[in-house]
Amino acid sequence: MAEQHKKRIATASLAGCFGCHMSLLDIDERILDLIELVEFDRSPLNDLKRFTRRCDIGLIEGGCCNEENVHTLRDFRSNCDVLVAIGQCAVMGGLPVMRNAIMHSDDPLKECFDEAYIDSPYLYNPSHQIPNDPALPLILDKVYTCVDVVRVDYQIPGCPPSGDTLWQTLVALINNRPADLPYELIKYD
Amino acid sequence: MNTPIRFQIDGVEVLAEPGQSIMQAADAAGIYIPRLCDVEGLEPQGSCRVCTVKVNGRTAAACTQPAAADIEVENDTLELTNYRRDLVRMLFHEGNHLCPICEASGRCELQAMGYRLGISQPTKYPYLQPARPVDASHPDIVLDTNRCIRCGRCIRASRDIDGKSVFGYVGRGIDKKVGVNGDNLLATDASIDDCAIALETCPVGCIIQKGMGFYKPIGERSFDHQPIGSNIEGNRSGAAHREETWRQGEE
Repeated sequence: MAEQHKKRIATASLAGCFGCHMSLLDIDERILDLIELVEFDRSPLNDLKRFTRRCDIGLIEGGCCNEENVHTLRDFRSNCDVLVAIGQCAVMGGLPVMRNAIMHSDDPLKECFDEAYIDSPYLYNPSHQIPNDPALPLILDKVYTCVDVVRVDYQIPGCPPSGDTLWQTLVALINNRPADLPYELIKYD
Repeated sequence: MNTPIRFQIDGVEVLAEPGQSIMQAADAAGIYIPRLCDVEGLEPQGSCRVCTVKVNGRTAAACTQPAAADIEVENDTLELTNYRRDLVRMLFHEGNHLCPICEASGRCELQAMGYRLGISQPTKYPYLQPARPVDASHPDIVLDTNRCIRCGRCIRASRDIDGKSVFGYVGRGIDKKVGVNGDNLLATDASIDDCAIALETCPVGCIIQKGMGFYKPIGERSFDHQPIGSNIEGNRSGAAHREETWRQGEE
């Protein structure tokens, strides 16, 4: 039965810190069981940059702070049957969303860049230039959660969700049944 | 000697002293009714509506509604749980509640209510992400109003127990907020020893005592293992009840 349909998983880190991916590795030796149950497609874990084929489960870490994040997220939505937002950044923006506190200003992006590259007292930037290489993805006016951009099937809160939480959720998804998480495993921090 | 009032909560007979609210009678009987703005020792004000129950089929705030003879109160039903989920969700979406960086995380009653009600899945509500100030003027106290849920517990504690009225409501509707009686907190006579500043008074991480940050490690915090309300439910059937509520699917 396992041979007949080995689930394919893709993962991505958008405006996140890779903490959720580290937490996924925190399932320890169960990763050997996981690799029996699934194969990884596009993911930073195997360094595949593009989808090779349609996936059953897409795991998204982080929200969207630049246009590349949006492209990646939409790519995941159109290539994954089930899309799961993992971690507080994906769920509600997380730490990057603190930038949105200044989005009510008349020129929020300028204020953000000035604070990051010009005005900060802890900064060494003698040229007073804001990075503007064409290769850099354009930053968005504010940080968006995954739900703001695409339809998300499930969310796993946590900063990061523990290895146990991710493991139990993945096992449930792989077996097409609801994740039956105990109280201790749902945390917002 | 007053004769006790008899009434029912979810079909269980409960006794109340005359003058008690439904909430007080339920607490005494070991039945937990979720609440945020009500706390023992302060006048109930019935503003958060998380304690909404149905009394003979009509909704009422359990913390302000007096217990009356022979009323039938619904508390732990899917309909009311979904009401409460929506209320708590809206509180989360209305302010800036960044649990990962909040030092109240783990002892926060709003967060604990989210856990207890099993709130984790996507919702239709947008995050409002308001711009709200932080007042760190006082040497011992910080007010991070991003996290304020306007429960008014600090207002009542300062007015009724400390006799200082350091805090008060300002504004109307969505613009309603808790203000201080002065230009900033330093200009008031707030003190670290006030009941209004005590850790148990602010249910979230809005009133923060400086130098206390993250004083309990993860795993030892109030709600790490036990859902909010466990102290009221004790070890009786509450545990099973709780489990059941928690597993009632999202709407």
